[in-house]
Amino acid sequence: MTNLSDAKILRRDRQTSILAYGWHWARIHLFSSWMNAALTLSAIALLWLTIPALIDWLIISASWTGESREACLNENQGACWPFIFEKWEQFIYGRYPQEEIWRVNLVFLLAFGGALPMLIPAVPWKGWNALFLVVIFPILCLYLLSGGVMGLPYVESSRWGGLLVTLLIAGVGNAAALPLGILLALGRRSEMRILRTLCVLFIEFWRGIPLITVLFMASVMLPLFFAEGASFDKLLRCLIGVALFSSAYMAEVVRGGLQAIPQGQHDAARALGMGYWRMTILIILPQALKIVIPGIVNSFIALFKDTTLVLIVGLFDLLGIIQLHLADPNWSTPQTHYTGYAFAALLFWLFCFGMSRYSQYMERRLGTEPSHNG
Amino acid sequence: MADPDTNNKPAKNAARDGAIHMRHLDKWFGAFHVLKDISLSVRKGEKIVICGPSGSGKSTLIRCINGLETHEKGELVVDGIPLTGSAGLDEVRREVGMVFQSFNLFPHMTVLQNCALAPIWVRRKTRAEAEARALRYLERVRIPDQAHKYPEQLSGGQQQRVAIARALCMEPRIMLFDEPTSALDPEMIKEVLDVMVDLAEGGMTMICVSHEMGFARRVADKMIFMDEGVILEEAPPSQFFSKPKHERTRLFLSQILHD
Repeated sequence: MTNLSDAKILRRDRQTSILAYGWHWARIHLFSSWMNAALTLSAIALLWLTIPALIDWLIISASWTGESREACLNENQGACWPFIFEKWEQFIYGRYPQEEIWRVNLVFLLAFGGALPMLIPAVPWKGWNALFLVVIFPILCLYLLSGGVMGLPYVESSRWGGLLVTLLIAGVGNAAALPLGILLALGRRSEMRILRTLCVLFIEFWRGIPLITVLFMASVMLPLFFAEGASFDKLLRCLIGVALFSSAYMAEVVRGGLQAIPQGQHDAARALGMGYWRMTILIILPQALKIVIPGIVNSFIALFKDTTLVLIVGLFDLLGIIQLHLADPNWSTPQTHYTGYAFAALLFWLFCFGMSRYSQYMERRLGTEPSHNG
Repeated sequence: MADPDTNNKPAKNAARDGAIHMRHLDKWFGAFHVLKDISLSVRKGEKIVICGPSGSGKSTLIRCINGLETHEKGELVVDGIPLTGSAGLDEVRREVGMVFQSFNLFPHMTVLQNCALAPIWVRRKTRAEAEARALRYLERVRIPDQAHKYPEQLSGGQQQRVAIARALCMEPRIMLFDEPTSALDPEMIKEVLDVMVDLAEGGMTMICVSHEMGFARRVADKMIFMDEGVILEEAPPSQFFSKPKHERTRLFLSQILHD
């Protein structure tokens, strides 16, 4: 609505000066009533109090070069960026062996190269692209990161860390949670009583326990149940735990979408002779998933941030590895902590904001152009 | 394609020259007895119009014919295929097209995709074949120029004609119409009825739940009046409109014909 009035104002005032337009705009948007004016002024005051101090700390009083803590001990010291620059590699790759880091970079590159064309609707070959992402990429990813066969030295997962582990847990968790969640949601609405009960039990079980408990179970208790030596990788156990946990939430999000589809759509599909799966895949899911894009992305973002909990079980994700390095005596300054956390916040925010913006773009696109599965 | 086995079943013989054969059908919604001992036979090519007050079970009756509702008692044979439980459902639905009061087009697909979908996925036609067929039927319902629009971009009358074309694309032997014009603005009713008349004159077996009495007079071979889950009256239109036997029918007709 505001956009419309903006456009109108712009058209009407095209000849008048920018200043007049600015005043006009401000009167409508910022000072339309006493309440609005009061809110505007308090917002400005709040920004005035925080933004200059933040900019000062982040940029003006911050140190940008240096080899050790000496660089960050000035009077009125701001952020200590050399700490980040020095530790950059650990923050991204954890304790991954330096000479093998190209493998992680290749995985990042493949993920980016595989996901980007998938996310841009205009790029063709979506089928092949999806095949690459779902089948070929995970195998490549496992081979490159873990190695141990065909010439690549083995790198055990306890040495993986930093952003790599964060993206890995979030990526695998979300990639597994969406299809699993869809199946659970369908199961929960099934007419088969036993299947429905099982799905409800599964969903309510995983929703009822905190993620920390899941991670503890996966890393500490599960090995106790296995025979000596039969246990498998800790990271993998946590990945499975996270995926199951988040699939329960996804299931409820998707169920909301399924319930929003009118009975008439089912009737029409049935009347045309479609069986359950054809009806579900061709008619129901495309509409239901479109409705719940905000909820799905919400789950994605929540899981992305929840990955920081793996610190509890001794895996070092981005936040964990930053915290680990805060203890480095070589960089012990009053500002190191703040800088480390600010950096973590910035990286997390960038990823989450990206997801959020993409979902808004997708909603707009699907809203104006209802179909592209031709 | 009927399963060759069904040829041996007695039901097939009983209904050899009938499109639909219904004997002593009963249905309940919970404790509510919605269909009471319904018996009805429809010959191939016959046109039947069912009318009656709301809640009389007429929609439920025709939804039983393609298995959108299941009956609890009685015998139902559609196009030679006996419908019991979930057996025969998909087979029957392939041969029986249905048009709904609220159109029920798939909003995430274009008109053409709506029409080509079932031929591709249920009849296993190639995309080219299915789209050619879709265009043929869109032409028949007189809106070939809307093929690449989305349902929401069309008027109600156009949407309902697309829904008819979508059902016809499966080349059904029987068409069911569940109050196809009652959600339409008055000026759009005629364009839908014209298509239905055209279809009727082409020899399609049709069962319509409708209160369009002009349409009924023109195409119906048999009128059926239902009330409280029972078929009260069954007569050719000439007799049905001029001298209805039942008092309830007379009252109903006087109410909807306003005379």
